[in-house]
Amino acid sequence: MALQPSDISSSNPTSLPWSRFAWLTMLATLLLISVGGLVTSRGAGLSVPDWPNSYGYSMYTFPISHWMGGILYEHSHRLLGVLVGVLTTVLAVGLWVRETSGRQRWLGVIVMTGVAGLLGRMGSWQVPIFITLAALAPVAMVWGLARFARDRQALRWLGVVAFAAVILQGTLGGLRVVWLADELGFVHGMLAQGFLVLICFIALLSGGWRNRVAPGSIAAPGLRRAWWLAVVLVVAQLGLGAAMRHRHAGLAVPDFPLAYGRVWPKTDATSLATYNRTRVEATAQRPIQSTDVILHMLHRSNAYLIAAIAAWLTFRTWRDAGRKTPAGRLTTVWLALVGIQIALGALTVWTGKSADIATLHMVTGALTLVVASAAAAAMARMCRVRPAFVEPYRRAGSGSPVWPG
Amino acid sequence: MIRTSVIVVATLAGGLAVYAAEISGKVSLKGTPPPERKIEFDAMCGKLHDKDVTTRHYVVSPDGGLANVFVYVKQAPAGKPASDKVPELDQVGCMYEPYVMGVMTNQLFKIKNSDPLMHNVHATPKATGNKEFNIGQPVKGMVKDHTFPSREVLVRFKCDVHPWMFAYVGVMDHPYFAVTDKDGKFKLPGGLPAGKYTVVAYHLKTHGTAEGLTQEIEVAEGDKREVNFTVELPGS
Ligand SMILES: [Cu+2]
Repeated sequence: MALQPSDISSSNPTSLPWSRFAWLTMLATLLLISVGGLVTSRGAGLSVPDWPNSYGYSMYTFPISHWMGGILYEHSHRLLGVLVGVLTTVLAVGLWVRETSGRQRWLGVIVMTGVAGLLGRMGSWQVPIFITLAALAPVAMVWGLARFARDRQALRWLGVVAFAAVILQGTLGGLRVVWLADELGFVHGMLAQGFLVLICFIALLSGGWRNRVAPGSIAAPGLRRAWWLAVVLVVAQLGLGAAMRHRHAGLAVPDFPLAYGRVWPKTDATSLATYNRTRVEATAQRPIQSTDVILHMLHRSNAYLIAAIAAWLTFRTWRDAGRKTPAGRLTTVWLALVGIQIALGALTVWTGKSADIATLHMVTGALTLVVASAAAAAMARMCRVRPAFVEPYRRAGSGSPVWPG
Repeated sequence: MIRTSVIVVATLAGGLAVYAAEISGKVSLKGTPPPERKIEFDAMCGKLHDKDVTTRHYVVSPDGGLANVFVYVKQAPAGKPASDKVPELDQVGCMYEPYVMGVMTNQLFKIKNSDPLMHNVHATPKATGNKEFNIGQPVKGMVKDHTFPSREVLVRFKCDVHPWMFAYVGVMDHPYFAVTDKDGKFKLPGGLPAGKYTVVAYHLKTHGTAEGLTQEIEVAEGDKREVNFTVELPGS
């Protein structure tokens, strides 16, 4: 008896009800991100000048007759934010209760529900409380990730990370409004993507995903590194996209595949003056600067790089892991998403940055990250370098084999 | 001390008004501007219009006069605003009126909502001292007083409820500025003391980050001077 379950794990992470609840939370998050994307695409981020109140009303009683123009998107985004906040709190508390007992259990429940209840009241006087809790959130997130790294069966720590992240995220969104800070919009957009990935991992891990990905079944450590590179490139791509969107300069390069009729556009002062003079913007946009053009071109270049690595990874993963394995299937989905995403990127340019297309492009980008991360994690597990065979053990009361994390 | 001297200068300028120079003129456009785009109002704003409304990048009269050009004297002695009338930036029919206007530094102007619906007013100045702000004007008839302390050509105003709503306000540290009317004509306030000046004509869409067209002039007491500009679009 060299290996006891208790030596490795504090609990069995598999819980189908909580996995389903996490998928529901992820769906709500995806909707929240979509509406958030519309807010930015339609330039409606500041259509409600106050926060957490809305034109002086409590956000819960803001009359529907006032949900006009950009306010419709901004206010829906705020209400969906509350919904995701509530779902995340329930998920975090649920995972905590499931994996703890005694005093530890009650302490966690009281702290999390107390914080959620306090923030849920959403009065204007609460801004300092939001800021204080948001400042503490990164600490809680690092702590939670560190605890999870030590014990990969303890999903409650991922729940704590999600709970802290949702508070930070909501506060960033609010401060972006009241501080008129476009840069916070960028951080808000990026954190949203990370949050989506986190909820997806909670759903996968609580759904017993580990049991379906056999560790060390492929002897190809290079493939594992290539997948992580793909994730890094996608994150960089989302960063470039978010930077473009949150600079509010509109479409910096109006043609595709060429750029102002060239392979690489000019960015000298005279050319920029011409770009600005000849475009007829129908909405309020900042004039194009060289940074806008360069970000746009880097985004295109990186897209080609991702397409290339996607083709290569698909070929190798299908060959080494098999098409019908979880990693193989994820690869197929990912390749499809990358293809759709590049088409949507082209359409964004060809439609003159139609708000709906641009938003769809952003949401598909988020899904590309989610699937790439899941595939990379699966491959990391399958491409273990150490001797391939580890004896599975069975937990008492659980019929299915459990692989050590 | 400072206040006294300001009053003295202002009084002198007022007293000299009859004799001092007066500058007027016209800004014309040469070349074909890109066509304007039709504004896609939402349902509520659409109800306030029975005709199509377009963007206002190039508003040109039949004889080539270019409207919405901010014309100003580059360096001029300070003074008090040319008129006692309080400038007003109105929101009417989900559009800003006027599209371009001017105020003096620290001159009070009004931002008004004449529409039966909600607007937010979001100014994005860049000059040090001029602060970005975003306020709600949810009710018809609401008025907000505002001043900008620093000179700036031009401060953008936008509404985030209605993304097609944007307008510009020029802020000058003296009263010698004007915006060309629908015929491209302008008249700077009288009272400019005799001397050498640079007159600038700045058209936002044409000139962007550049200064605009300039003309050096020398005026004597009582001069009535006509200064005309031609904005030429490249490729015309
Ligand atoms: Cu408006």
